[in-house]
Amino acid sequence: MTTDDAVLRKPPRRADAVQQRTRTRNPLTWARGGGLSAVVFALPLLVIFGVFSWAPIVRAVVMSFQETNLIVSSWVGWDNFQQVFADPMLPVAIRNTAYFALLALIFGYPVPLVAAVLMSEVRRAKGIFSALAYLPVVVPPVVAVLLWKTFYDPSDTGVFNTVLGWFGIGPFAWLNSSTLAMPSLVLEATWAAAGGTVIIYLAALTSVPSELYDAAEVDGASVWRKVWHVTLPQLRGILLITLILQIIGTAQVFLEPYLFTGGGPDNATLTILLLIYNYAFQSLGGNYGMATALSLMLAVFLAVMSLVYFRLTRSWSAS
Amino acid sequence: MRFNRTTALVMAGTMSLGLLAACSSNKDDAASPSGTTTPGGDTSSAPSNEPVTITVAGLLPGAEKAAVDALNDRITQFQEKYPNITVKSKEYQWLPTTFAADLAGGTLPTVFEVPATDTKTLIANKQLADMDAQLKQEPYANDFNEQVIAGGKGEDGHVYAVPAKSFYSVALHYNRELFTKAGLDPDKPPTTWQEVRDDAKVIKEKTGKAGYGMMAKDNAGGWQLVAAAYSRGGRVQTEANGTYTATLTDPAVKASLQFLSDLKKDGSLYPDSGLGWAEINAAFAAGKFAMYTSGSDIYTALVQNQGVTKDNLDYGLTAIPTENGGGALTGGTYAGVRPDASDAEKDAAMKWIDFWYLAKLSDQDQAVADAKILADQKPPQAVGTPVLPIFSKEKYQESLTWIKDYINVPLDHMTGYTDVMFTQPLIPEAARATQDTYGLLFPIVQSAITKDNPDFDSLLAKANTASQKLIEKSK
Repeated sequence: MTTDDAVLRKPPRRADAVQQRTRTRNPLTWARGGGLSAVVFALPLLVIFGVFSWAPIVRAVVMSFQETNLIVSSWVGWDNFQQVFADPMLPVAIRNTAYFALLALIFGYPVPLVAAVLMSEVRRAKGIFSALAYLPVVVPPVVAVLLWKTFYDPSDTGVFNTVLGWFGIGPFAWLNSSTLAMPSLVLEATWAAAGGTVIIYLAALTSVPSELYDAAEVDGASVWRKVWHVTLPQLRGILLITLILQIIGTAQVFLEPYLFTGGGPDNATLTILLLIYNYAFQSLGGNYGMATALSLMLAVFLAVMSLVYFRLTRSWSAS
Repeated sequence: MRFNRTTALVMAGTMSLGLLAACSSNKDDAASPSGTTTPGGDTSSAPSNEPVTITVAGLLPGAEKAAVDALNDRITQFQEKYPNITVKSKEYQWLPTTFAADLAGGTLPTVFEVPATDTKTLIANKQLADMDAQLKQEPYANDFNEQVIAGGKGEDGHVYAVPAKSFYSVALHYNRELFTKAGLDPDKPPTTWQEVRDDAKVIKEKTGKAGYGMMAKDNAGGWQLVAAAYSRGGRVQTEANGTYTATLTDPAVKASLQFLSDLKKDGSLYPDSGLGWAEINAAFAAGKFAMYTSGSDIYTALVQNQGVTKDNLDYGLTAIPTENGGGALTGGTYAGVRPDASDAEKDAAMKWIDFWYLAKLSDQDQAVADAKILADQKPPQAVGTPVLPIFSKEKYQESLTWIKDYINVPLDHMTGYTDVMFTQPLIPEAARATQDTYGLLFPIVQSAITKDNPDFDSLLAKANTASQKLIEKSK
């Protein structure tokens, strides 16, 4: 017996068997085995995602290296990125967006949590409170902004100015003041968005084991200590998620500055997304190259920030 | 079981194909039969009677029902006159923000309206169809006011944008009721900027309403600042030997901003910096302030979109105050046609432009038909709002005699403007990077309205540098 014979007679190993089976499969057996059905069933989804999500992303990447009016295009290399960096409005937009995010974090982030914890303590008519909290989310955003715009009327007869006037306060210029415009936007945005987060927190609170509260109560813990030592640690996973979602959301704020102020007064509410919009649409013919270049930079920044965030908080959320 | 699986597969596949089909262009539909090749083999520019469908810019979004009815009545008359042409109207407002996307996406009407500010840019960008051959078929092709038709011509001398409507000079609009309540004579509106300031102060003190409002949102704010600067003898751009230079640091621009600051100090300035063209019309119609500047033809829009009547607003119109050799900024509206329109569509488009915009200025029967429909609506739409002539002054005045029985705008409250409309100096808009320059100026207008002591010199110097760059880029 030669060495070759010995090799041939050796029983096939598991990996070899798999390889053998793969080799014997042809397109027909693949189709008969359900492969084709899987592809056909996935096709509508793939088409929808492809056409409405991935194609625009790819198109945006391409456009960021072009000068285009959507009909005629030419390649310009990194010019669009250089022009974005050279634009004096970019630092203004970044500063304003960061300011909006900070204000939303300080005032907007704790509000739903506090509301949810308080509502979870309510014994009766919890549904009514949930509905009331969620009501602003049901109001179409444009309608909500137009409503608040009338509240912020800068004249003495404006709704907020009238109410504050009863206490001898104001009148304030609200959206027409460079210093008050951004906090005014945050106030409305918090009102509009808090309801959704409250519902998420309320759902998460139901999953906190009641034994923990019972044990804390036996130990004589006050309400505050129960919240601090039981509720918050149990919610930390969801809190981390809502925090990063809020940061990403506020970095992309557009609706409020666009509808309330158009970025004014004097660029005090010009955010990054509004700057992107202005690049694309303010001038006749549109500078879509600069708009997509800045969009890409923002997307990359948010992706990197999210990665770093999850790395840094991994141990905390897992423990 | 096997049958169900097959059926499901077929459904999934069909759905995919349907999605793909839905996402594909429907350009063939838009082209309609007009673009068909004749048996001879050439694409005819067709005086043929082949059916053709065009979409046309209709009224501004949010127009009153009476205005919509008037348009629909005119479309019916047009289709009776040209049975092979189907006209579909579409709510339309010129927005530089969405124009390029509308054109690329195929949602722009076949016939649309373009302000004089932007015709040259669109022609240079090849975003308008060449309408020279079609316009030459019209009997009045050589009768246009030369300055007006020049605004629609390309460098090749062809007409791409047809002068259509609303040629105006910027004027001062005022609320006569607030003047009366403040003890001022509404028949003697202010004729200098100092008088505007004085009257605004009196109105605020006596009525509690702001005396003066100013557009400050988006490019409209820049447009009105430039109009104010022109009225003070200034310019925002000069031209020498084909070289254009930004002059935003012109003292007249600063004086116009300082005027707003002074009104703010007086407490007579309407404190909202978020008013664009439409918003300021709404605020004025609601009686929130007494005076503002805008195109002289704004009364038509106030009736059409704000439901203004003689009963609910005592409207007054007068010329914009001028000093230091200043004049009134002019502008107007041209009709443009999609650059991808077929010859048959272009022919049909020209017929519509003639019918809807121009025939009423040159043909007595059409003028009367148009005026009658507008005047018969409930409530009646504006007939006879003063505009600058697209043809000659004589032709314009003759057209007014044709429709004199239907004129329903308060002409006796507009004499401050109509007495000087043919004699006041008229100044066209800047020729280069016009919209972009307005875009640089409106944040400074917002500063004037919202801040106590803005550094106008520094703000204008920065804007001037940016404007110069944009002018050079626009070559």
